[in-house]
Amino acid sequence: MSNIATNAGHAHGHDHEHDEHHHDAGETTVFGFWLYLMTDCIIFASLFAVYAVLVGNVAGGPSGHDIFELPYVLGETALLLFSSITYGFAMLAFYKGNKSGVLTWLGITFLLGAGFIGMEINEFHLLISEGYGPHRSGFLSAFFTLVGTHGLHVTCGLIWMAIMMYQVQKKGLTSTNKTRLSCLSLFWHFLDVVWICVFTVVYLMGTL
Amino acid sequence: MANAHSDGANHGSVKSYATGFILSVILTAIPFWLVMNPILAKSTTLAIVLLTAVIQVVVHLVYFLHMDRSPEQRNSVAALVFSALVIVLLVGLSLWIMFSIHAEMMAK
Repeated sequence: MSNIATNAGHAHGHDHEHDEHHHDAGETTVFGFWLYLMTDCIIFASLFAVYAVLVGNVAGGPSGHDIFELPYVLGETALLLFSSITYGFAMLAFYKGNKSGVLTWLGITFLLGAGFIGMEINEFHLLISEGYGPHRSGFLSAFFTLVGTHGLHVTCGLIWMAIMMYQVQKKGLTSTNKTRLSCLSLFWHFLDVVWICVFTVVYLMGTL
Repeated sequence: MANAHSDGANHGSVKSYATGFILSVILTAIPFWLVMNPILAKSTTLAIVLLTAVIQVVVHLVYFLHMDRSPEQRNSVAALVFSALVIVLLVGLSLWIMFSIHAEMMAK
């Protein structure tokens, strides 16, 4: 009996230690994720370099000036920027311990992100149906690769966000969920930073 | 409580997110407006477009990604600065090489 009690006590002590350890591990995880994002940044930098080299190779097809619709891009930008601040509000709700607030803001962020992806798919669909797909010229290959890679990242972020909404709903505001949501926060804001570069280098400089 | 406070300092507030958001809206509106309504010389517009983009990236890093000079952020900022260096070398040198080749091949 006393053995069991000691064991239980030991287990409890260990748990506690594990918990404290986990706090540090959480911060280390977030930092590790930040390092991954830095390598992701280098992927995007490479794609931007490719785009800059190929942007003039239109092979008799359209240039950016002919196919970019700036008001449409401004709409995409607005959706992504709004989703950045709503994700921030989700994190603030988390620190206040407001579970329904977290779920609501994550839901709004998800819808804004999904709206962005919907607009991008529509833009790609229109270009391809007009015969301006990635096969048309070096410029269009680079354009679809760069913008598509960003869109793919946002899509992954949306899947991740849906899973996190399920996890928060199911398990509550645990330290594990805090670590995961902090990583997703970095990911989501990072994608908005990449989008600033995309609309500047691709759409604005392409139309100029 | 003290812990909660130091936590909050690192993760922003409604005010800091709102500040970042408003600055971003302004820094997005200026370049879009100038490109859609070309009232300035092309080179001036290009300079403003690039400048507002750089400022907006910094705004996002500070207000949304909470980069600052605190000791907790030191490693993240160091990683970011190192990546920036790699990116400048990667993009800068790639473009230098490719455009030099282009100029050598095309120049008659």
